[in-house]
Amino acid sequence: MVKHYIPNSAHKEEMLKEIGFSSIEELFADVPKGFIKDFNLPEGKSEYEVFLEMNEILGKNKTVLEMPSFLGAGTYFHYIPAHVKYLIERSEFLTSYTPYQAEISQGMLQALFEYQSLIAELVGLPVVNASMYDWGSAMAEAALMTVRLHRGKRKKFIVPKHTHPERMQVLKTYAKGPGVEVVTVNWNERGQLDLEDLKEKVKDAAGVYIEMPNFFGLLEEEIQAVGEIAHDAGAYFVVGVDPTILGIVEAPGELGADIVVGEASYFGNPMSFGGPRAGIFAVKNDPKLIRQMPGRLIGMTKDAEGKRAFVMTLQTREQHIRRAKATSNICSNEALVAVAAAIHIATLGPRGIRELGEIILKNTAYLKKRLKEVAELPFDGVNFKDVLVRFEKPYKEIHEHLLSKNIHGGYYVKPHFPELGEATLFAATETTRKEWVDALIEALKEVV
Amino acid sequence: MFRQAKWDEPLIFELSHPGRVGYTLPKPIEEVEVEIPEKLKRKSPLNLPEVSEPEVVKHYTRLSEMNYGVDSGIYPLGSCTMKYNPKINEELATHPKVSFIHPYQDERTVQGALKIMWELEQWLKEITGMDRFTLQPAAGANGEFTGVMIIKAYHLDRGETQRTEMLVPDSAHGTNPASAAMAGFKVIEIPSNENGTVDLEALENAVSERTAGLMLTNPNTLGIFEDEILEIAKIVHKAGGLLYYDGANLNAVLGKIRPGDMGFDIVHLNLHKTFSTPHGGGGPGAGPVGVKDFLKDYLPVPLVSYDEEKDMYYLDYNVPKSIGKVKELFGNFAVLVRALTYLKIMGRDGLKEVSEVAVLNANYLTQKLKGTRGYELPHKELRKHEVVFSAEPMRKETGVKALDVAKRLLDFGMHAPTIYFPLIVHEALMIEPTETATKEELDAYVEALKRISEEAYTNPEIVKSAPHNTAVRRVDDVLAAKKPIITWRMYRELKEKGEVDY
Repeated sequence: MVKHYIPNSAHKEEMLKEIGFSSIEELFADVPKGFIKDFNLPEGKSEYEVFLEMNEILGKNKTVLEMPSFLGAGTYFHYIPAHVKYLIERSEFLTSYTPYQAEISQGMLQALFEYQSLIAELVGLPVVNASMYDWGSAMAEAALMTVRLHRGKRKKFIVPKHTHPERMQVLKTYAKGPGVEVVTVNWNERGQLDLEDLKEKVKDAAGVYIEMPNFFGLLEEEIQAVGEIAHDAGAYFVVGVDPTILGIVEAPGELGADIVVGEASYFGNPMSFGGPRAGIFAVKNDPKLIRQMPGRLIGMTKDAEGKRAFVMTLQTREQHIRRAKATSNICSNEALVAVAAAIHIATLGPRGIRELGEIILKNTAYLKKRLKEVAELPFDGVNFKDVLVRFEKPYKEIHEHLLSKNIHGGYYVKPHFPELGEATLFAATETTRKEWVDALIEALKEVV
Repeated sequence: MFRQAKWDEPLIFELSHPGRVGYTLPKPIEEVEVEIPEKLKRKSPLNLPEVSEPEVVKHYTRLSEMNYGVDSGIYPLGSCTMKYNPKINEELATHPKVSFIHPYQDERTVQGALKIMWELEQWLKEITGMDRFTLQPAAGANGEFTGVMIIKAYHLDRGETQRTEMLVPDSAHGTNPASAAMAGFKVIEIPSNENGTVDLEALENAVSERTAGLMLTNPNTLGIFEDEILEIAKIVHKAGGLLYYDGANLNAVLGKIRPGDMGFDIVHLNLHKTFSTPHGGGGPGAGPVGVKDFLKDYLPVPLVSYDEEKDMYYLDYNVPKSIGKVKELFGNFAVLVRALTYLKIMGRDGLKEVSEVAVLNANYLTQKLKGTRGYELPHKELRKHEVVFSAEPMRKETGVKALDVAKRLLDFGMHAPTIYFPLIVHEALMIEPTETATKEELDAYVEALKRISEEAYTNPEIVKSAPHNTAVRRVDDVLAAKKPIITWRMYRELKEKGEVDY
């Protein structure tokens, strides 16, 4: 049957004849008998039929546009300027592969160089790779990198107990390979990293990690002190950051970070049920660190005529050259997601980035103020996006009531941190509307 | 004659004009002052470009014009399976019902998303002959890591702590040894024989009670079918190891042959290759991993399951021996939507047509190019989805290398093959036309390679100095590595010191 994605479907016979074969079967003559069989799958359908079918399936999803949501906890509803999507959907970007042939791929190479450059300005470190899978994989690879930097003599990686649970799980999986020991540090009465506990555990650590803001949505105020404790103990300091905060909060590089990881997809990319995303990975300009970093790097150079050009560089760290001795196995990364992030950041510019941070800060403050009317706050501090509240009633009941009011409540924290009781995270961003928050509080008042 | 757009396009930073803005943000809900602690306040300058929306659009449009994609022309980059990406996939993947859903929503409000994942799994199970899939891995290499971690967990669970070695053929993708090493395995390389397939004797000698598994792609990176696969499976299984299928080359057997029937225990697929989702300049991809029944308790959490009684799809965290997570959340969902759309349109008959025509196209090209001066066809003649020629004779006779051939091809508006891979072929040119190339494109590609051969023997300089018709001329990658400039920040510093003139 001639297929519309397969032009030569219509020319099989003549092509076979031209190269001296009598049938397609002959091309599969090297396959042992019995392997070739008919699959138990439906017949193909027309594009229109599949369009209808997929639309019907997708129709069962209720989006945050149809149902106000206060979910955050690592995934946030940000609005993306329309031109960002329009630009990354240009098929020259969309349908290209890893730019192995630099001369014919300058557009993607320059766009990725710009991504690296924009992130460098935000995080305050000069060397940024072209993306990891997500924040979690970037953080896990950073942990492995700090162990490699100590040539395996130190195997301890310190993380706050209140690290995002998804990231913690990814870290623990990655840690099993080289046998990295993940050690957690407690939070204090303010929901921030307990410095005394850190000091006790930091000896012989390869790296110390902290998140900004932390899982409870709070700014870690002693971030610089954490870096100093890490460095005094001879450990590398790794900061995980939500980059949408970086217009108003100091760049982690300026606060002492040796490695910065984070989530780039908060810019330019929709939530899409949690993927695709793109992990930020940045390091200091130190050859020792650069040699050990994972991932693809785009560099500036010149062409045969002396004109500025871009190319994938320092590839001797990578799997296709170093094979078993590579710094990481990462090959396909999240290039297009990174380019979308770059376009969004460039669009916002310095003023937009600052404003975005300020608006989120203010919207979060409003949400927090109203939540205080109905729930207790286990920790107080400066919140960015997420606010942790504690109810007396089981949150499950509250959640059902909110759902019945067409409101999507928060992220239930208890399964990860039972010691916090009926704790739930509610989040705001620049997309949050006042009437949504007011409706939420009204509904909560009816049930708590 | 092909001419790529050639813009003297500055960096976005160099387009900056103070005061311009590219976007207007909404106002805050309420004007409240929130004080950020002094020691956390941003004090370092935010050196970002200030550009308006039209400038942003023009800048990235011009950059896109200096980029070559599958929609621009033939892209036979071996082992990367650069086939045409149907536009309907894109339309559905960027549907608001995909974009605007949060991963932590109540399951009752994302039944569509869960159904898509569940349905996709059913297709992949039948296509591979596996019993259960995780859709979580973000790319092929992430899938490989998942697979080898599952192998590790399986052996440890059985108390076989001595199984510390992973076998990998010398023709394997670089990600295989890298993934095995990341999982803590010692990598043992298995040589290929004169046919280009796994050397059985070497394999026999390599297996032992230390063997955790063998990672294999079939057909292999030479485009040759490992016809002794059952024997290979027997040797590995007898030694107590597991057989891992690298799905990078699945396009050659899609809809016809299943890894599960060949003795493989665990499989990763590259949705961005075989299932026609765009590669986006290097990602996002997706690398689902499928396993036979006896390994399903080790898969990453959560799995997507279906409750028949309630007619509800749900996220199943009850995976008793799970390796944990290899990526946040559930994977690259938008890529999964594209793959399912493609599968539904192709169906059983279409998938079979994919491998048949992909193999036909590869062999057509092989036969048409064979015998051209300067190119040699090592190993067996019959190929599957791709073919590896060697430009070694050309290099010896004219000094024109595989790299030069690749660069010259760009001048004709054709993407180069993969070069210098697999490592076992000197001056390798690895061509994979895929099923979406037309006969005319294949003929033109062969013509171009023949013309380059002629040029190599008559006017080698034109090949050695190629490309001539692309946005930039031959790029100096040695300089890039010697003097790394990774960001605008590094560039500015070097420029101030007068250390760069570009």
